[in-house]
Amino acid sequence: MNTFKDILSKKVPTAKFVEVIAGRYDASKAGISPESILEMRSIISMDKAEKPVILVGMGTCGLANGAQAVYDMFVQELKKYEIDAVISKVGCVGYCAEEVIVDVKVPGFPRISYKRVTPANVDTIIERTIVNKEPVIQKALGKYEDADPSIWPEIPILKDIPFYKLQKKIVLENCGVIDPENIDQYLARGGYQALSAVLSEKSPMDVIEDTKKAGLRGRGGGGFLSGKKWEFAYNVASDQKYLICNADEGDPGAFMDRAVLEGDPHRVVEGMIIAAYAIGASKGYVYCRAEYPLAIKRLEKTIADAMEYGLLGKNILNSGFTFELKIKKGAGAFVCGEETALINSIEGRRGTPRPRPPFPAVSGLFGKPTIINNVETFANVPVIFSKGADWYSSIGTNSSKGTKIFALSGRVVNTGLVEVPMGTTIRQVIFDCGGGIADGKNFKAVQIGGPSGGALPEQFLDTEIDYENLKAIGAMMGSGGLVVMDQSTCMVDLAKYFMQFITSESCGKCIPCREGTKRLLEILERITKSYREEETEIDSLMRFQGMLYLERLADVIKDTSLCGLGQTASNPVISTLRYFRDEYEAHLYDRTCPSKACRQMLTYTVDKEKCIGCTLCATRCPVNAISGERKGVHFIDQDACTHCGQCELNCRFDAIIAE
Amino acid sequence: MQSEEIYKKYPKNEAPNMIAMLQDIQGILGYLPEDEIIRVARHLGVPTSRVYGVATFYNQFRLTPLGKHVIRVCRGTACHVKGSLDILQILETELGISAGETTKDLQFTIETVACIGACSIAPVIVIDDKYYGGLTSKSIYKLIKEFTKKD
Repeated sequence: MNTFKDILSKKVPTAKFVEVIAGRYDASKAGISPESILEMRSIISMDKAEKPVILVGMGTCGLANGAQAVYDMFVQELKKYEIDAVISKVGCVGYCAEEVIVDVKVPGFPRISYKRVTPANVDTIIERTIVNKEPVIQKALGKYEDADPSIWPEIPILKDIPFYKLQKKIVLENCGVIDPENIDQYLARGGYQALSAVLSEKSPMDVIEDTKKAGLRGRGGGGFLSGKKWEFAYNVASDQKYLICNADEGDPGAFMDRAVLEGDPHRVVEGMIIAAYAIGASKGYVYCRAEYPLAIKRLEKTIADAMEYGLLGKNILNSGFTFELKIKKGAGAFVCGEETALINSIEGRRGTPRPRPPFPAVSGLFGKPTIINNVETFANVPVIFSKGADWYSSIGTNSSKGTKIFALSGRVVNTGLVEVPMGTTIRQVIFDCGGGIADGKNFKAVQIGGPSGGALPEQFLDTEIDYENLKAIGAMMGSGGLVVMDQSTCMVDLAKYFMQFITSESCGKCIPCREGTKRLLEILERITKSYREEETEIDSLMRFQGMLYLERLADVIKDTSLCGLGQTASNPVISTLRYFRDEYEAHLYDRTCPSKACRQMLTYTVDKEKCIGCTLCATRCPVNAISGERKGVHFIDQDACTHCGQCELNCRFDAIIAE
Repeated sequence: MQSEEIYKKYPKNEAPNMIAMLQDIQGILGYLPEDEIIRVARHLGVPTSRVYGVATFYNQFRLTPLGKHVIRVCRGTACHVKGSLDILQILETELGISAGETTKDLQFTIETVACIGACSIAPVIVIDDKYYGGLTSKSIYKLIKEFTKKD
């Protein structure tokens, strides 16, 4: 396959080349015929590919489901069949529940997606689809609309299947479609055209105005208008300014940034260059979690390729603008998602936040004006300039524009990434895209916005998602993690879980967050403790006293903490207390856990009818509290039992009763 | 790469490189020995207490040697909702250590991670950089057996 590099080697200046692709520069002047440009684009975008193309989804979720073995099998089998085909690794297409997803494109036929592919299926797919040109119906997820729709009519069009129907892919447009490590494929799909247009036609102030007009708001949490933020930095005169991409996606339950970095890293880099141009920054950093090794590897390749193509570094596209980009690996601290903590971390210090003002836009990294946006925000930037601010602002609600990616996980059928326009309801995301609750259970709550957000009950399912609406009901957009919960999740336990998380992640700088969350956790631990472990009456009184203080303490933490982490730390407690008070009361007064999740409160006994005496529970019991003869009914010693629940988890005959 | 090369790679007295240096050293040695912390401090021209402060602040750094197999249990929200605590408890009882510890024979280390970003296949654990998703209390026993048998 010809690459753009081949053309480049014929001494066509890169700057001209990108502009030729963008259609703003006469191709013949650059020594390329317009037809060859069109052809090149279609070959790389596969519409006119002459060979069969196989694309294996190899994001983290794909790899965890065995994508590497599938890939290796394809390579091996193609050799066996002596088929000349292109096989490439793509990022996550978002439908994680159906991984490993493999796309096959045979010339003249639609591109077809296969789901849950295992190495054992590879032979069938090659034989039926590539050799015999027919689909493997039981493995098919859907087909793309890139060929005559009358071919393979039995296969649904991918865009029409429920998971994709409501989605509007702008940021995720290329994820799972192109090879993220191949800059040519990004270029062929219109990549870097926005950058080229910005550098040749717009002044930095134009860029800021357009971004404001488009209504782009920060996707990392607060939802501040990005254009306005850039303007602050633009207005500060300084010899050096910095631009930082926050890829420290620490929210448990969020993985959209990882998917974008793994699936379409060039989009993020392009967005960063445009933003750097707007504020006048010549140096930039991507602060990425060390927990995302694949994302870091792909980013390194992306930056190297962009440098080679003259899209990064000195004199970008002959515009005179210079921007250097480096990767800084985070070292695992949730608080580093906070702007000033992140800056401290890049400076090689402990990641503790600084008081604001001065805001980073005025005095940030090394005391210089610094703008920090997260991955998804930057990934939204190129499209504003390729399709226009008006087009962008036509999507979404009055106050929140564009789309938002949600990471759908927990007790939902279709886990994965969903990109929907702002204003879509929570119900649509969970029940239409997500396919409802797994295992036929009932919806109980959804946690939006990670540890800083809130748990919302069923009555809010029809809320239209935007920044203001979510805030009004006690949740927040956060980075967009949606963790769905059914009846088996205890909301008190959930609040306790988040408090454990916050106490271990609190940086320790300010007292309300460091000490207050610890006290909150203690109160929750007392509420969920068994009466068996209480020694004196004081213990019992402490439980009630704690409950009385819970709300007040949560409010104090919210009002007096230094940074965003502390100010939102008590949100999970406040929201569960507001919407699931009955569960707190059941723990407090009845001393039971309705969801049977707080094991300490349960009593484990053996169902004499069901126990067959397999002895498995006795072997698994860590404290030897279970006794019984082989083939005889077993017995649990309640005094020795530590309520770990191992017996219940391990029993294959449902013979352990927990109540 | 040997630790000597790390000291050559990073210029002297440039404290912003501290985290990257510690990451590189841990990448080679598996942990941060006391000597190296002192050496990094001298190299960067900062008090040892500052390097120690950084090394103990971030979850990634560890001051004790690792086991041969590192088991990282994801404790993200999605994993929690799908029973990661059970998985962790089983691992802890089976290997006889708590999270953050290493077995006496230096075979296994259990660590917990806030979230490894593979929520869609929760609950997830990572053993030696390989992801295992959709675990149940039954499949985890199998996995442990597989690894203990190997050695």
